[in-house]
Amino acid sequence: MTIQGGIGSATKRREDVRFLRGKGTYTDDINRPGQAYVVFLRSQVAHGHIKAIDCSAAENMDGVIKIFTSADIKAAGLGGIPCGWQITDRHGEPMKEPAHPILADGKVRHVGDPIVAVVAESVREARAAVDAISIDIEELEAVVDMNAAIQGAAQIHDEAADNICYDWEFGDADATNEAFAQAHHITKIDLVNNRLVPNAMEPRCAIGEYDDSTERYTLHTTSQNPHVIRLLMGAFVLNIPEHRLRVFAPDVGGGFGSKIYHYAEEAFVTWASSQVGCPVKWTADRTEAFLTDAHGRDHRSLAEVAMDAEGRFLAMRFDTLANMGAYLSTFAPCIPTWLHATLLAGQYTTAAIHCRVRAVFTNTTPVDAYRGAGRPEATYLLERMINKAALEMGMDQVEIRRKNFIKPDQFPYQTPVALVYDTGNYDQTLDKVLEMANYDGFEARRAEAASRGKLRGLGLSCYIEACGIAPSSLVGALGARAGLYEAATIRVNPTGSVSVFTGSHSHGQGHETTFAQVVADRLGIDYNNIEIIHGDTDRVPFGMGTYGSRSLAVGGTAIVNAVDKVIAKGKKIAAHLLEVDEDDIIFEDGAFKAQGTDKSKAFGEIALAAYVPHQYPLDEVEPGLEETAFYDPKNFTFPAGSYLCEVEVDPETGVTEIVGFWAADDFGEIVNPMIVEGQVHGGLAQGLGQAMLEQAVYDDKGQLLTASYMDYAMPRAADLPNFEVETCVTACTHNPLGVKGCGEAGAIGSPPAFVNAVMNALSDYGIEHLDMPLTPEKIWNAIQTNKRPIAAE
Amino acid sequence: MANVTITLNGQTKTADVSENTLLVDFIRSHARLTGTHVGCDTSQCGACVVHVEGESMKSCTMLAVEADGKNVVTIEGMANEDGSLGILQKAFQDHHGLQCGYCTPGMVMSAADLLNVNSNPSDAEIREWLEGNICRCTGYHNIVKAVQAAAAEMRG
Repeated sequence: MTIQGGIGSATKRREDVRFLRGKGTYTDDINRPGQAYVVFLRSQVAHGHIKAIDCSAAENMDGVIKIFTSADIKAAGLGGIPCGWQITDRHGEPMKEPAHPILADGKVRHVGDPIVAVVAESVREARAAVDAISIDIEELEAVVDMNAAIQGAAQIHDEAADNICYDWEFGDADATNEAFAQAHHITKIDLVNNRLVPNAMEPRCAIGEYDDSTERYTLHTTSQNPHVIRLLMGAFVLNIPEHRLRVFAPDVGGGFGSKIYHYAEEAFVTWASSQVGCPVKWTADRTEAFLTDAHGRDHRSLAEVAMDAEGRFLAMRFDTLANMGAYLSTFAPCIPTWLHATLLAGQYTTAAIHCRVRAVFTNTTPVDAYRGAGRPEATYLLERMINKAALEMGMDQVEIRRKNFIKPDQFPYQTPVALVYDTGNYDQTLDKVLEMANYDGFEARRAEAASRGKLRGLGLSCYIEACGIAPSSLVGALGARAGLYEAATIRVNPTGSVSVFTGSHSHGQGHETTFAQVVADRLGIDYNNIEIIHGDTDRVPFGMGTYGSRSLAVGGTAIVNAVDKVIAKGKKIAAHLLEVDEDDIIFEDGAFKAQGTDKSKAFGEIALAAYVPHQYPLDEVEPGLEETAFYDPKNFTFPAGSYLCEVEVDPETGVTEIVGFWAADDFGEIVNPMIVEGQVHGGLAQGLGQAMLEQAVYDDKGQLLTASYMDYAMPRAADLPNFEVETCVTACTHNPLGVKGCGEAGAIGSPPAFVNAVMNALSDYGIEHLDMPLTPEKIWNAIQTNKRPIAAE
Repeated sequence: MANVTITLNGQTKTADVSENTLLVDFIRSHARLTGTHVGCDTSQCGACVVHVEGESMKSCTMLAVEADGKNVVTIEGMANEDGSLGILQKAFQDHHGLQCGYCTPGMVMSAADLLNVNSNPSDAEIREWLEGNICRCTGYHNIVKAVQAAAAEMRG
């Protein structure tokens, strides 16, 4: 039975009340007594030697407290910004890992690279002082294009010849090449996965504060994982032990990956607060966010599939260039490798797969995980390539996929690219989406659209996702410099209410509601008696944070395990109070019951007994009722689904309208269907934004031309359709909730569905492929170039 | 410096501010009402929308001195007198029209203005009206549903 506030109930979000009343507390809403403000002087050129910095005119200006350059950073012995993942290349050598200083040291490598930090009493005064600083930079040739970079167009870091961070390969090259040699047909496609800017609506913000009476630092920051920031910044940058450093990420206005990473500004304000003797605050403006938040995607790939005469996939080969930008962001190296190549089996039984990835430095903003992180790139390669293959083989886009699906009885399924899918049913989600979209009625809809002069197209995409990256022993072997478990503490208060401390962080996902539902369901107590606490390293024992759709599968399981420890202790207490054997106690409906009797103790009674232990098994258990669990998953989880997108292109203007979008996802068991549907909507909007509108554009000197909402096309309400979203369930086999994760699926599956739909609409023009974003201009130009529809010739 | 008096959510707020102070800074920094957010610096995102004399306005595009003597309502002024959520706010909660909550105040203020001028908008009219409010989380689907539900309830 689904109870309100329990698992499976579309419980309304409790956090909404404060957000809707304007009572949320985002970092920029926090002001500390006596705080100063920092403004960074940033490089306006993409590549150059810093010859001289003259701050003399700024130093004595009104309000200026102190001006910092890399000389101050070096004198203090601070470290650079660390990278959290080391890739070993195809020759067994570690990746090139150049220094990433807090303030540029001798050289600038992208527009926006911070050079000088001015701390002043107000932002206005800090800005005025920045304007009075004179910087002499000898501009060097900048390299933006990855192909030019690997041909050595410019040397960005001394240690990275031809700007290559690593040249990595994965999969069985010999088996793959052998299968290609025997193929009936080979389909090849060159694909660009366009560079995106995550654009959480809340710009990044950080406030550093040093208390010289306790010698403790506090960093308020816009982070998805405050404990990770404490670990990285404390241990590698500022040399502050954990017990003297509190990192607090309060309400955070969206992350999408961009707020996972440790950024220079956070380290600077934390350290500077001890240097100037007052709290130091920094808030990014939107252009600063465009220039400094880690970007996403930016791959160029050649994808090939070898098929037999029936269209079965024998082998696949991929060769990818992945842009790292100017420096390595925290998790950047693992995105195009372990989160990309391992997903290239998709939902299919391809026997041999090989992938080569070269990660390339360019004079651009660092690139790292953005919603999906490697998995959208892999899915785009597969699902665009498969549609091209279907055309070349004279097969339907549904038929070719179904022929190659892993079948339900093949699970657990070992792919040739390392992963073992525990469970799934790909025919089921495909059948569901075909039914939702009335697939069989498409040709009639196409004909009707044609009668109005419109080109109608239908595009399919079947994605696989991998969430909850784990176990730690595996990721450690793959180069991760951290474990990827999660922690939770359940504190049962004396009168029976429950405080849940979770290492997961909520920045829109609704954890305060979902996690409370899980605990209410497990303990059988009122949902309203449960609070969820996250984001504060002083309150939450430990945590690895929120990314990769891991919160429920990993963080939720840690909560369940801690709850189970509470129940186990409660049984001992109940057995004592009821004077029965512990083995005879069962816990159900919120009560500890003595089996075979009518004796029971309510959860609240046990809680009170634990804190008022007058009658208590003190020889056996301690007073109090509080338990902590760390959970390290046995495997990834593998959500999957099928998406159909239907479009109408106006050949006169190139304007494309999405006339239908249907999503059938398998996320395993679902705790709150309302929140899950919302996560899918949001992912779809970001994926369709990538496919239709968004692109970070640099000129050849490395200037970001799309550094504001005037220039970077964010999807707006009128650009998007209503979505039809349904789910199927195959439960995850290795976590107690049976959940898989839903945060990124929409962004992974939707870009190829949209592009496949537009290509389907344009098929009579003989247009094989256009790179995202498929803007009206791009489509119109393609139509002009191929003016006469093939059918009319 | 200029002396500015604004009736903010029904209460008079007076402050000496520099002439170039934006209305949003008056609201956030001087009146300490932090529900109104800043998401961009080009008047594109709409996180800062408030009502000035009953009409929606991006408070980053207006100087505080321009609002001198005027009635301004922010998200903090939208709840019922007992503090419970108003019809439109409740509809956003009921239909999951928000996730991270950052764009939400501006989205609610903008939608409220729409419902003042059009009590029965179509989906397309809602989407068109909200063109100046960017949401990165919801994909807008549930925002449109929330506005429709509020409109229906207000029509009775």
